[in-house]
Amino acid sequence: MRATVVIFRRELASYFATPLAYVFIVIFLAMAGALAFFVGNFFDRGQADLQPFFSFHPWLYLILIPALAMRLWAEERKSGTIELFLTLPIPVEAAVIGKFLAAWAFAGIALALTFPFWITVNVLGSPDNGVVAASYVGSLLMAGAFLAIGAALSALTKNQVIAFVVTAAACFLFTVSGSPIVLGFLTPWAPTALVGFVASFSFLTHFNSIIRGVIELPDAVFFISVIALFLYANAVFVELKKAD
Amino acid sequence: MNPMIEVRGLSRRFGPIIAVDGVSFDVRQGEVLGFLGPNGAGKSTTMKMITGFLAPTAGTARICGADVVARPIEAKRHIGYLPEGAPAYPDMTPASFLRFVAEIRGFKGDEMKRRIELAVARTSLASVMEQPIETLSKGFKRRVGLAQALLHDPDVLVLDEPTDGLDPNQKHEVRTLIKALAPGKAIVISTHLLDEVDAVCTRAVIISGGRLLADAKPDELAARSRHHNAVRVALEDGMDAAAVALRRLPGVAAVEEVADGEGAALLVFPRDGRAIIGEVTDLVRTAGWPVHGLRVERGRLDDVFRAITAG
Repeated sequence: MRATVVIFRRELASYFATPLAYVFIVIFLAMAGALAFFVGNFFDRGQADLQPFFSFHPWLYLILIPALAMRLWAEERKSGTIELFLTLPIPVEAAVIGKFLAAWAFAGIALALTFPFWITVNVLGSPDNGVVAASYVGSLLMAGAFLAIGAALSALTKNQVIAFVVTAAACFLFTVSGSPIVLGFLTPWAPTALVGFVASFSFLTHFNSIIRGVIELPDAVFFISVIALFLYANAVFVELKKAD
Repeated sequence: MNPMIEVRGLSRRFGPIIAVDGVSFDVRQGEVLGFLGPNGAGKSTTMKMITGFLAPTAGTARICGADVVARPIEAKRHIGYLPEGAPAYPDMTPASFLRFVAEIRGFKGDEMKRRIELAVARTSLASVMEQPIETLSKGFKRRVGLAQALLHDPDVLVLDEPTDGLDPNQKHEVRTLIKALAPGKAIVISTHLLDEVDAVCTRAVIISGGRLLADAKPDELAARSRHHNAVRVALEDGMDAAAVALRRLPGVAAVEEVADGEGAALLVFPRDGRAIIGEVTDLVRTAGWPVHGLRVERGRLDDVFRAITAG
């Protein structure tokens, strides 16, 4: 526990030690705004809600979250610091969780900085603030799921670019697994149960149900399960690949 | 007293390659064990297994009684480890890096401050504490790695090439430090510098092709050299006649003419490494040769190293 906190602090500080943090936050805010205003017709819809803002988050995360996750393990392996890190008297779980929580906290900071949107809709109208709060929680959970996938895949390579590309591809599949792109490919031959199973992994479906109304427990549980599963995989991958 | 490091039949395969093959040795408190071997011999792989980074394919390593596989965290608490190349987080400063390692190791407050200050003083890091590690010279980076390994005053120090990349003064400082630390600890250092073994090690093992080929005190190893007890005779002239006469001595195995940085001389090799300086000086005195130098050679570790690892 103590080790997890120490690792968390070091990792979070290391985001801010390089320009990465500032570049990430600025681009995240600019793109979140641009998408909501120009593509989502934030003003022209004439409704006081944040749905156009949140509905682009999966696509935004698809590009930006792999950039946060790619360095988590690939960089340690490339520079050799993993040998120092994992010969300290800590369980590998503490290392995996500490790193993940730091990246997640950073994503949370970026997300929290979108608060002017919330203020704006409250000035312009009277939105359902319960839905907005639930959407923020849902967005954070989805970011966590993307990050857990990215962290696990980052442990498989020394190359951050490979980690980025593979994570973006994996996240894309998870995002669209409920959409015709994937289901149209499966339906002709796969059993209905399998199609339903694959569709149930869709980040988009779960996220959309969260931002449409109050947070649904199964949707939250889904994202938390994905996080837990990939953190476990992360620990396995680290043990497997650390010495390569 | 039990050895602080016990290594038994340690082996590691990478696919079809056997990197380390059944290595066994002990290191006791006060010993500095030199790990010698050509590049790729398995030195670093062995150290990675001792420090619990890499799981052995077979065999065990125990640190102060704790098996590195069964009780890794307890074993790691006893170890200070400088990995090959002294890796450290490039965007951190030595101050923040050492604080991170100290916190991970469970120190806080004044205790932490005191330990960091001691490690910094021992490695002369004070002048660069606030510079990013990536901007430091190779020598300073190496010392940051050493400071990190010393922070918790561990019972066991495992140092992979601790003086690599250091200038002669820095090498001397690090060796002095290792010698000063030695009495309370069990230390393993890997090196390919044979003078380092002479300078700091109380024992040396030679490893090649993943196998342990020799385990002895440095002077015992050196005694296996053909230069051990050889006599160097520097002559003005008449070298050929002198060589013929020297070869007739009963204790002499061979006589070679050498011309090196010190000038021309005859190297007289003994039979079976016995002392022949008495015979040689007697002959020199009775023959009345114009000798201007006469000395007993020391055994050369690099002879032994080459003979053992090339064979």
